[in-house]
Amino acid sequence: MSYYFVVVSPTDTPMFEYTFGTSKAGGSGQAHFRNGESSRYMNQFIIHAAIDVAEEVQWLSPNMWLKVIDHYAPTNSHISCFMTGTNVRFMLLHQPGGPPAAAGSRTSTLSSSSIAQNPLSPQTDEAIRQFMTEVYEVWVKTMMNPFYKIGDEIKSPAFRARVAAAGRKWL
Amino acid sequence: MAKPPSSASTMYSSPTYTQGSRPSSSSNPSFAGAGLRVPTNRKTIYDRNLNRSRNAELSRASFAFLFMEMVTYAQKKIKSVSDFEKKLNEQGYPLGMKLLDLLLYRSSPAGSSSSSSTPAARPLRILPLLSLINNKLYTLLFSRPADSLEQDTADPSKYMIIDNTPLTNTYISVPKEMSQLSVAAFIAGIIEGVCDGAGFQCKVSAHNQGTDVWPNRTVFLVAFESEVMEREKELERQGVK
Repeated sequence: MSYYFVVVSPTDTPMFEYTFGTSKAGGSGQAHFRNGESSRYMNQFIIHAAIDVAEEVQWLSPNMWLKVIDHYAPTNSHISCFMTGTNVRFMLLHQPGGPPAAAGSRTSTLSSSSIAQNPLSPQTDEAIRQFMTEVYEVWVKTMMNPFYKIGDEIKSPAFRARVAAAGRKWL
Repeated sequence: MAKPPSSASTMYSSPTYTQGSRPSSSSNPSFAGAGLRVPTNRKTIYDRNLNRSRNAELSRASFAFLFMEMVTYAQKKIKSVSDFEKKLNEQGYPLGMKLLDLLLYRSSPAGSSSSSSTPAARPLRILPLLSLINNKLYTLLFSRPADSLEQDTADPSKYMIIDNTPLTNTYISVPKEMSQLSVAAFIAGIIEGVCDGAGFQCKVSAHNQGTDVWPNRTVFLVAFESEVMEREKELERQGVK
C-alpha cells in the first residue's frame, strides 16, 4: 500500500510532503502508485480537493482525528485527515494495491485482514490514527521553535526522519 | 511563562533533496551532511520531551526584566498610544497560536503522563473556547485561572475576560500622559492568537478598569467578527456542542 502524506497550513499551502510505501508484510517501503509517473501531481490534486471536505467536517466534530473523509474512486484511494488546534491539517492519501510486478506467491500469503489489502478496516483506521498522533507530537515540537512561523515550509531533516520512522512503525 | 528555549539550528536545503522516500539510517542519523548544525550531544529539538516544562516555573524577575525591555523597545519606535498597544499585541500573537497546540497536546492521552482517557477536544463554539482560555491557558501562563468571563449585553459578539492582577502591569508604571495605555496588550495578543488559531477571528484589546481593591484590574474585550457569529448561529441550529 502506498501513502502520500502532506501537512497543509491553515492557508491551504503545503508545508511538508512525504511519499512512502508500507514496510509491513513484505512491502519494500517504496511507494507504488497506480498512476505511475503522473502520480506526483495527481496526488497533490486529490489531496487539494479533499481540503474542502476537511473544512466542512471540521466544524461537526470536536475530535482532532477525522478518519477517512474522502475517496477518489478511479484509483481506489482514500484520504484521512487529522486536524490540529490551529487548523493545520495532516492529510494522508492511501492507496491499496501492491507493487505490480510482485511474485504471485508473495501476494497470496498476505492475509485478507492485513492493512495493505483492506484499507477501510478498523485496524487500518487505528494504525493511521497512531501514526497521526506521533506526527502530531513531532509537529508540536516544531511549533515550539520560536523561529518557526505557522505556514513556513518545514525543512528540518530531523522532522523528515521522525515522520519516516513513524511511518515505518505504524504503516 | 514556561517556554523551553530551542537551539537555533540553521538549515540549508541541499540540492539533492528530492520528494519521495529518503533512505535514512536507523539508530543515530547524523544530519551533518544535510547542513543541519546540532550540538555535540547530537540532540535536536525533537528529542526534548514536551512535558518537561509542564510544571516548571520561571522566575518573575526575569519575566519582568524581559517585558520591561519589550516595552522600552516599543516605546522607541512608536508615535501614538494605539501603535504601542498594536506592537505589544503583535508580540503576543504568535505565542497564542503555539500555546493552543501545546495545550491541546498536553490534554490528549499521548501527551499527559496521567491516564486521561478522553482525547483533546478542539473548541468548536465560542463558550468552550473562552473557557479554555480562562482556565487552561491562564493556568499554564500564570498558575491561576482568570477572574471572570462576561458577555456584553448590548452586543452579543463582544465578550470580556477580567483579570484583577495581570502580571504585565504589576511592574510597569505608566505616566499620566499615556494613561489610556495598558501594557496588558501583550496578554491581549496572546488571547487573540489563541482565538484566531482556533478559527474564531477576533480583535482583543485591553482596558484598564482599576477599582480600589484592584488598581490594575484589566478587562480584555474580545470582539468576534461577524462571520464567527454567523457560524455560531448555524452550529447552534444544528446542535453542535
